[in-house]
Amino acid sequence: MEDKNSKSPLGDLGVGIINYGAGNIFSLTAALDRLNVTYGMVNTESDLEKYSHIIIPGVGHAGAAMEKLKGTGLVEAIKKLTKPVLGICVGMQLITEHSEEGDAALLNIVPVKTKKFDKSLNIKIPHMGWNAVSPKNNSLFEGVEDNTQFYFVHSYFIEYNPTFDIASADYGLKFSAAVQKDNFYGVQFHPEKSGKAGELVLKNFSNLSL
Amino acid sequence: MLSKRIIPCLDVKDGRTVKGVNFVDLRDAGDPVELAAQYAQQGADELVFLDITATHERRKTMIEMVKSVARQLNIPFTIGGGITEIADAEALLNAGADKISINSAAVRNPKLIEDLAKTFGVQFVVLAVDTKYVNGKNMVHLNGGRLITELETENWIKQAEDLGAGEILLTSMDHDGTKAGFDCGLLSKVNKMINIPIIASGGAGSMDHFTEVFQKANVDAALAASVFHYGEILIPDLKQELKRNNIPVRI
Repeated sequence: MEDKNSKSPLGDLGVGIINYGAGNIFSLTAALDRLNVTYGMVNTESDLEKYSHIIIPGVGHAGAAMEKLKGTGLVEAIKKLTKPVLGICVGMQLITEHSEEGDAALLNIVPVKTKKFDKSLNIKIPHMGWNAVSPKNNSLFEGVEDNTQFYFVHSYFIEYNPTFDIASADYGLKFSAAVQKDNFYGVQFHPEKSGKAGELVLKNFSNLSL
Repeated sequence: MLSKRIIPCLDVKDGRTVKGVNFVDLRDAGDPVELAAQYAQQGADELVFLDITATHERRKTMIEMVKSVARQLNIPFTIGGGITEIADAEALLNAGADKISINSAAVRNPKLIEDLAKTFGVQFVVLAVDTKYVNGKNMVHLNGGRLITELETENWIKQAEDLGAGEILLTSMDHDGTKAGFDCGLLSKVNKMINIPIIASGGAGSMDHFTEVFQKANVDAALAASVFHYGEILIPDLKQELKRNNIPVRI
């Protein structure tokens, strides 16, 4: 257990969560509470500057999520960020170039594509449940052993690209469970629902310094 | 490889878990939060809470319970019972529930499945089906098996998948409570028909029954209540046993 009295390593403002209405964030904030990581909501461009780390959450339809994100007017400011940014699930897909879900052009921060799982691979869709993840040597996965299981719920996946992949998983085919480009990170699984391993990833992210 | 999931099911009444539980370390076996945390620590992959309360105060109490569970629990959980409209589901989602399970409300109004899937995504919608073998057919039942419907189980599940159900929780009322094993025949048949995950329920009495249902019916998850609550099967032991039988599990 973490020491409840220890101060957040991030200073007072901690993690800023992009508040754009794509899915519920109660579980995410609950996980940050359990980890003693301070956080707040990012609604405007000036909010982005208050926090040392930024999380882009997201559940649901990637195309629709992108439209909602555009509606906040934060797109260009997010692209310019130099502090650590973590996209979770659909939030991860948003940092890619394109999604087959709604044939949507996305933020294109990480130049890889989000594709639909193909039934012909003899898999059930959505990919729902605990699956083994093989992390590469990366600060986000520090202390996470190879083949540790994380909780996934998704019907679209991010194509495996060795340049940006920092953790892969298999479901009918090999896909990226996590990607990184510079200060931008993305995880397809839900760290807030992935037991102790997920909490470790969130903790590692909150401790990232560039 | 995707792991097969083990899911304890907890009955909740007025925000308290019912049925005796003999976990030694529990201070309050009726506290859903403490019980849930205990199961998570033991290695449960997911939890299902079934609200069996019938009072008007139900929703408010349930929402508070869901929030408390979500604050503490680091694994996914599903809430079922009394969900009849979008607003019920939305309140549960906002309180931190990962999925909701619907049963009789979907039978009465199949469009509810479609509306929920469109609003929240298919991954949020679990269709629970209680089935019983009657005159040579598997028939959907309501009210815990007391009320037969005109729906044949296989047809109803197929229809629900087409409408947008993201997962099926299939309980055999013929096997439920018998501790004689899951209904592998029906589960296997249904599993081959659909392309969404299926949770087997009803009949778990021993660790062998879990091995059997994964091997014979290839279901995605198996759910049980009393064998876990009364400590007859401990989840860490069960996981080891499944692993020995080459069934992929999360240890």
